[in-house]
Amino acid sequence: MLRKKQCVAMLLAGGQGSRLYALTSNIAKPAVSFGAKYRIIDFPLSNCINSGIDTVGVLTQYQPLVLNEYVGNGQPWDLDRTFGGVHILSPYEAKKDTSWYKGTANAIYQNIRFMKMYDPEYVLILSGDHIYKMDYDKMLEAHKAAGADCTIACMKVPMKEASRFGILNTNPDGTIYEFEEKPKQPKSDLASMGIYIFTASKLFKYLELDEQNPDSEKDFGKNVLPAMLNAGEKMYSYRFEGYWKDVGTITSLLEANMDLLGTVPNFELRDDDRVIHSRSPLAPPAYVTGEVSNSMIANGCEVEGSVINSVIGTGCVIEKGAVVKDSVLMGNTVIKAGAQVNYSIIDEEVTVCKKAVVGVAKSEAAKVEGKTGGITVLGRGITVSDGANVAAGEIVDRDV
Amino acid sequence: MSSTVGVIFTSINDEHVAELTKVRSKGSIPYGGRYRLVDFVLSNMVNSGITTVGMLTKNNYQSLMDHLGSGKEWDLARKEGGLILLPPYSDESEILYTNRLEGLKGAMAFLKKAKEDFVVLADSDSVYKLDYSKVIEEHIANNADITMVYHEHECGDSPAYILMDTDGDGKVKSIDINAKGKGLRKHYINVFVARTTYLLSLLQKVIARGLTSFSKDIILPAIKTGSVYAYKLEGYYGNVDSLQSFYKSNMDLLDKDIRSEIFGGRDVYTKVNDAPPAKITATANVKNSLVHDGCLIEGTVENCILFRNVIVREGAHLKNCIIMSENFIGEDCNLSYVVTDKDCAISSGVTLAGCEQKPYFVNKGSRI
Repeated sequence: MLRKKQCVAMLLAGGQGSRLYALTSNIAKPAVSFGAKYRIIDFPLSNCINSGIDTVGVLTQYQPLVLNEYVGNGQPWDLDRTFGGVHILSPYEAKKDTSWYKGTANAIYQNIRFMKMYDPEYVLILSGDHIYKMDYDKMLEAHKAAGADCTIACMKVPMKEASRFGILNTNPDGTIYEFEEKPKQPKSDLASMGIYIFTASKLFKYLELDEQNPDSEKDFGKNVLPAMLNAGEKMYSYRFEGYWKDVGTITSLLEANMDLLGTVPNFELRDDDRVIHSRSPLAPPAYVTGEVSNSMIANGCEVEGSVINSVIGTGCVIEKGAVVKDSVLMGNTVIKAGAQVNYSIIDEEVTVCKKAVVGVAKSEAAKVEGKTGGITVLGRGITVSDGANVAAGEIVDRDV
Repeated sequence: MSSTVGVIFTSINDEHVAELTKVRSKGSIPYGGRYRLVDFVLSNMVNSGITTVGMLTKNNYQSLMDHLGSGKEWDLARKEGGLILLPPYSDESEILYTNRLEGLKGAMAFLKKAKEDFVVLADSDSVYKLDYSKVIEEHIANNADITMVYHEHECGDSPAYILMDTDGDGKVKSIDINAKGKGLRKHYINVFVARTTYLLSLLQKVIARGLTSFSKDIILPAIKTGSVYAYKLEGYYGNVDSLQSFYKSNMDLLDKDIRSEIFGGRDVYTKVNDAPPAKITATANVKNSLVHDGCLIEGTVENCILFRNVIVREGAHLKNCIIMSENFIGEDCNLSYVVTDKDCAISSGVTLAGCEQKPYFVNKGSRI
């Protein structure tokens, strides 16, 4: 029997996520907690299985321990398969050359043999730092219908933010005539979402060419896509409508969490057709008795204090008299009696002791200058001692 | 620890909780916001190091099968042993078994194949934390033929209890079958430990003679030989043998100490659903309640247990209720002492009330 897969997904999950500071000290960005019970990688993995793609290579490099453990055999996403399924692909030692992944294109290049095992006609390239729900199958259908060699998913962004993205300049029929990586003077507001479908043979060809080019930075956006365009390959844009958020910064991560709140949220997770799967923890339901308003509370929490406009991850304890406002608690964190948490992101396993004060009110914090826009960040596993004070915009990665 | 095989009765005395067992067997009665009763005995077994478990089923076990699946959530999807469903054994009579001993016929082949030295028989109608390996250690130390686990508590008029008396050495002196005794008594919780070969030889003997009562024909004769010992279950024991006790054992979980005893220091395994975390909106007011992932609460909820994906609309007021999964409670409803089974929808403005002794029960899938 011929064993092959029509489409194989390759998920770039090696990013360090340096703009998340203390949140990525010990874990890769795709393993960062999101939305009280998820990790960022749940979104692309769930999108794959919900789009009928059951073969996914996850390319890891930076601090892969938590990510490897989390992805495991892929069972939470129904990606434990006899042929296909999810595979962690770490850099490896080879006879000729031992090397770390040197860029997005080089990472995929080093795993050409993995892709070829499945003899795919198409390869889907994804990144592990975006929150969105998308049917990749529709994009694949568009790619096939156009007879494209490469299709790039894109969406409109505000013109003033366009210079942060890879920008596509397109013809009315959707073909791309120019690709500019983070242009200073963007000509359009169509931003690449970092989601590419390649016809497999073309991908392999251009990866090999790029590998031989000593001047290349081995990056899809800077090198491979422009090279294909210059060679006259058929490159199409695919317009995505809907919620999509890059959660690569502290402010965008907080915003994306807040987008989940409310009866009609900006981003809806209650969706029977496109369930976001995760390694759901085995905690009992949350016990709630305090004042809770406009918040999300995951299982395993014990809430006796006040929680307002916040996202509280699995297994958190908010003691009586504690107040958590406009904040994200990622999980298994204890906020003791009388402590106050304002406009903060608190990583897992943190203890905030009695009467400690973390952050200041959102309206005040907004005036604070700094790399987090006034958001206070507490790193994984730290303890804030009795009565201690952590100022607005501080990033703390050790006990205080 | 000694090698042990478990056998769980999932469908004994279902008729005592007729409301909840119309559509399921006793073991799959929902409990505590996310669990089925069987999760507690099964988690006890897994946490005691038991890796081969036979589940004796009877009728309406589709819900149970759906819950257990391959057993992977209990780490019991194994090449060797694991979770094994034991459907009812049927002979020429073609009538389903009516008692424990007949039920065990369905486990004979399973037990004969088992290589484990010891067997634990247990019911799936109760909530407690127990390390069965401790029971087996005592069983070995006592050189017992049978060890029966009991819990000491105030007994009411509950049906079909077996109460027991013990001597100073912990030997069982006598048992009182179908007792209706009141007061502080030793209630046998139907956890039975023996050597596998011993149980098999007894079963073969009594079945060959056409005897039908596990307690009268197996336990009583053994007590007379003086080799049956008692093991005391310390701590919390919640039993479901009526709608009222179902209500009470659920509500017990609103007690912090009971909650930390049952869930603390170990995992209670169950089927996992990927519902998003619960949302409590700006109009909501939640007091002293358990709220599972998937809930959306806009109204007032007090002393309640809400299972997965319960929607409580604005202005609704729920007090002392147990609302099972996939329920919709419309605007301005007023519910007090109500138990709703799964998949119900209560339209806006409806008022329903029961009382603690007799909660108002809403059948699965009802539209009110």
